[in-house]
Amino acid sequence: MADDEKFTDINGKVIFLACQNHSSFCREFTVSAPKVSLRHIMMYTCSVWLVAYIVFFLTENTAVLSGAIFVTLVGMLLHIHFVKIDHETLLIIGSLGVQVSSSYASGRESTTFIEMSKIKDIVINEAIYMQRVIYYLCILLKDPSDPDTLSSVVPLFQSSKPRLNCLVKVYQSCQEILAQC
Amino acid sequence: MVLKIFFPRCCNMADSGLLIGHWLPGQDSAVVLAVVHYPFIPGQVKRYLSQLQNESRVELAVLGSWSMPKEGQEGMESFLRDLSTIFPRGRWLQLSREMGKRGFTCQVVHRDGELPRGEGENCKGDNGDGGGVIFIHYDQRKSQPLFLTDKYDDGPLKLTHWQSEGREASIIVELAKQASVPLCLLLTWLLSLWTWLCSSRLLNLPPVRLVSSKLSTCVQLSYRTEHLQTVSSPKRALGHAEFMRKANIFVSFFVDVALGLLLISWLYRENRISRLANTLVPVADRVAKELQELLQWLMGAPAGFKMNRALDEVLGRFFLYHIHLWISYIHLMSPFIESLLWYMGLCACLGLTFALSVLSDIVALLTFHIYCFYVYGARLYCLKIYGLSSLWRLFRGKKWNVLRQRVDSCSYDLDQLFIGTLLFTILLFLLPTTALYYLVFTLLRLVVVLFQGLIHLSVDFINSFPLFAMGLRLCRPYRLAEGVKFRVLCEEPGKPLHLLMEINPLQYGSVLQWYRTPTYNCYPKDSWAALCKKLFVGELVYPWRQKGTKTD
Repeated sequence: MADDEKFTDINGKVIFLACQNHSSFCREFTVSAPKVSLRHIMMYTCSVWLVAYIVFFLTENTAVLSGAIFVTLVGMLLHIHFVKIDHETLLIIGSLGVQVSSSYASGRESTTFIEMSKIKDIVINEAIYMQRVIYYLCILLKDPSDPDTLSSVVPLFQSSKPRLNCLVKVYQSCQEILAQC
Repeated sequence: MVLKIFFPRCCNMADSGLLIGHWLPGQDSAVVLAVVHYPFIPGQVKRYLSQLQNESRVELAVLGSWSMPKEGQEGMESFLRDLSTIFPRGRWLQLSREMGKRGFTCQVVHRDGELPRGEGENCKGDNGDGGGVIFIHYDQRKSQPLFLTDKYDDGPLKLTHWQSEGREASIIVELAKQASVPLCLLLTWLLSLWTWLCSSRLLNLPPVRLVSSKLSTCVQLSYRTEHLQTVSSPKRALGHAEFMRKANIFVSFFVDVALGLLLISWLYRENRISRLANTLVPVADRVAKELQELLQWLMGAPAGFKMNRALDEVLGRFFLYHIHLWISYIHLMSPFIESLLWYMGLCACLGLTFALSVLSDIVALLTFHIYCFYVYGARLYCLKIYGLSSLWRLFRGKKWNVLRQRVDSCSYDLDQLFIGTLLFTILLFLLPTTALYYLVFTLLRLVVVLFQGLIHLSVDFINSFPLFAMGLRLCRPYRLAEGVKFRVLCEEPGKPLHLLMEINPLQYGSVLQWYRTPTYNCYPKDSWAALCKKLFVGELVYPWRQKGTKTD
């Protein structure tokens, strides 16, 4: 039961929300951001190489050109390995826990699993971001020994910041599962 | 509540039989550890389980039945179902596989009501009974106490369970284990001898202690002694953290010594020591010459500034005399420098860190004159700043109350004000000359401190880098786990959910953070702002330690 609907993030870019129902108490939500656009890559490389060529023109040192190639390559590698997040996944399994994972464009994945006994609730929160107010989904954690206090907050979908309509959809299905157990 | 069944991956293809494992109390989950294969006598199974339970101290029980379809075993299903009456339990699991399908089906039989609950077919669509079954497949990695007794297949029962892949390099490891105990004892004895020597009265006289606390070689020596004491203690490491700490220290010690031996093999070839010594004296001479020229320049009109002639001359002569003393000292030393270097180079066999510490000390000793200049300049400058600040208070009709540690108002006489104004003027006009000397020597000192700091940082890096933990993370990522992660394995309609539980390895950054060997703190404790303030006021920075501020 995977349905693709068009959602936008807070900047107006199109993102995709895939909702997979593995069973009645296990759901997976994947928010995928748009791929790295070719235009941006072209723009950045061209600007770096133009600057390098100007410097080369002035100094007549060929090391500048090879340095520029090296810088663009390393920059691109670092970007896809550490910065560009391709999709973020929220796997919620009733009575077991919630798993949050984000996979980078290079295939690297970072995953954290949160036990159900530590989860107090999943809520939609407001935050001031730059000059506007945005909504975000977050998991409220509690100390298992002291269930009334809030120990920390884990924000979800941090890199692709979806708008409220998308968050509401995820929130409703999460609450359904949380209510069961 | 959802029933969770943890199922080992090695038992996926096991023959039909009984499931052995234990229920996790209060969590509604069962952990399957092994499968007993079909031809068995129930009494034997019970006896076997109690025996294992005594040996391993893990609470074991028969969880249910496992059926794997095969040709010629058609009657098995009903037989296994009947077994539930033989092994009395609160719940009885009936797991079964079908030919050509990946998922399992599960039926839970309650002892009291004999009602099947949470059938595979049920938990997909309607969820009226509010329950379901999750299969979590896991890899058994670490040998549990249960599997320490590798005698499964000898007994009358046939089982499928996790088996280790054998021990690696077992002969060498065993020999090393045998040899390590006497080695550790010998090392401990030597170390106790060494510490006794260090704690003798002659070495604890105040001047000796002061010098040894300033020399980085001595600091490194004490540090290494402490490390070796940790490693060579014949007691077994109690917890994971202690074990990792020992292993890290051990590995970095070996790497350090290996690097040091490499350095020695490079240094003592092709007469490099004497060449080094021959370059060292001219370099020291050259530095002194440059300093002399700098002082001459300062004594004139540096950068067009007009200094106070008399004070300038006095200061310049004083420093010039100092440099003269220094040069004669170096020349006195120069015949011995080569042999000194030769012997000092030998301490690199204790490790690269020692070689670096010795280098740092040599640099500190050779630039002692710069340090002296800095101290003189700073003291003079500090004196002037304090004088100026207290006289500035005099103008405002205030004074510093020593008893109450605060500024009080005070009415001065005319004479006091007159004298104060005179002194203030003199100090103010003499300040630029002192400030210039202070500035130049502080900059020189900072260059030396920066170089020493780099050496100290690299020594600290070698000392504290958790090599063993990094290697473990690289080769056996499952040994350093941060937690677990789940993956949805397969979903077939009409089957319970199957998840795969994997170990989530620790990130490299957190490996560094967790397993870093704590070292003596060579980092500056001041923030940049505090450092700048100290420099401005003229307080001495590194390595002089001010005695604690006087407090009543």
